[in-house]
Amino acid sequence: MAAALINVPAKAKSGEIIEIKTLMSHIMETGYRHTVSGEVVPRDIITSFICRFNGAEIFRADLFPAISANPFITFFTTATESGKFEFEWIGDKGFSETASASMTVE
Amino acid sequence: MRALGTIAIVALLTATGVAAAEIPEAQRRSGSTFMAPDTMAMQNDDTANPGMLWALDGEALWKKKAGSADKACADCHGDIRTSMKRVAARYPAFDKALGRPVDREQRINLCRANQQRATPLAYEGRDLLALTAFVAQQSRGTPITTGGDPQLEPFIAKGRGLYMQRQGQLNLACANCHDDNWDKRLAGSAITQGHPTGYPLYRLEWQSLGSLQRRLRSCITGIRAQTYDFGAPELVELELYLMSRARGMPMESPAVRP
Repeated sequence: MAAALINVPAKAKSGEIIEIKTLMSHIMETGYRHTVSGEVVPRDIITSFICRFNGAEIFRADLFPAISANPFITFFTTATESGKFEFEWIGDKGFSETASASMTVE
Repeated sequence: MRALGTIAIVALLTATGVAAAEIPEAQRRSGSTFMAPDTMAMQNDDTANPGMLWALDGEALWKKKAGSADKACADCHGDIRTSMKRVAARYPAFDKALGRPVDREQRINLCRANQQRATPLAYEGRDLLALTAFVAQQSRGTPITTGGDPQLEPFIAKGRGLYMQRQGQLNLACANCHDDNWDKRLAGSAITQGHPTGYPLYRLEWQSLGSLQRRLRSCITGIRAQTYDFGAPELVELELYLMSRARGMPMESPAVRP
C-alpha cells in the first residue's frame, strides 16, 4: 500500500508565492544494511520526484539512500494561472505513484 | 508523648516520600511538550504528519472485507467517526470472555478472529498499525478515560508493580527515570513522564509508526532486562497502568515523537 499526502492551497492570488508540501509513504531501504544472517538488504528507494503544472515540469528532485523513510518534499512556486498540479514518484523495484491537486488563481 | 510525636513525624516523612515519587496531577505533561517546536508543528499538520499515512491505509482496511465471514470492520461498526469516537481513549479495557484486559491491537485481532474469521494481524505489521492508528485517530483531542472499570483494579495494581520494580543489569525501574528524573535529560534526549498519549505514534528515530508495546520493549531492553513478547499480559498491564496514570490527558494519536 502506498499513500500520498498533498498540501496545495485551493485558492491563490495571481503572483502569490505558494508553498507545496508532499509526503509519500515509502520505506527508503538504503541497501547498506544486513540481515542477521549477513545478507545485504537490497536497496529500495524512491529515485526521483517530479511536479508538473498544467503539463509543464516545474520541480524535480533526485533522491538518494541517505534520505529518510516517507520523504517529505516541500517547495515554493509562484501562482500564475488556475490549473492542476501533477506529482510523480519513481523508484526501485518498479515503484511508481502519482497524485494530483487543483488550484484556482483569482 | 515525645515517642508518639516521633512516630507521627516518621509517618509523615514516609507519606511524603511516596507522594514525591509519583507525579502530582498539576505537573503532568504529555511527551509532546518536551519536543522541539518543529516536531510539534509536524504533529499538528495533518499533511506533514507521517502517521497520517498509516491512518489513510487504516481507512482502506476498515472498509475491506476479510476472512471466511467475508465481513469488513465497517459492516458491523459502520461509520468509524461515530462508532469509534473516544473508544481508543478507554483502552486497554476488560474483556469478559478472557477475564483480563486487552489493548487496542488485541481487540482488533479478537474482532478478526471472532467476527471476521480471519487470521490475526502481526504485531508491528503495517496492517495492524494502520487499523490501530485509524481507530485511535477518532479519539484525538478527547481525554483518556482508561481504568474506570473496577474489574481492572487488580491489573492496574500489577502494572504499577512492574513500573515500580527495579530490574535488569542496570537495576532500574520505570519510575527511576519517568517519575524521579523526568525534568532531566538522558544522552541529550528529554526523559519525559511516560504518558502514552499519542500511540500508535510516528517516531522519527524509528522512521515508522510504532505501538506502545514497541516503546516499552525498547525501554526494557535499554535497562538490560529480559523483555516480554508482544501481547504478553505483563506488557498489557503496564500499558493499562500507564494509560490510567494519564487519565484526563488529551489523546494525540497518531502523534509524532523525535
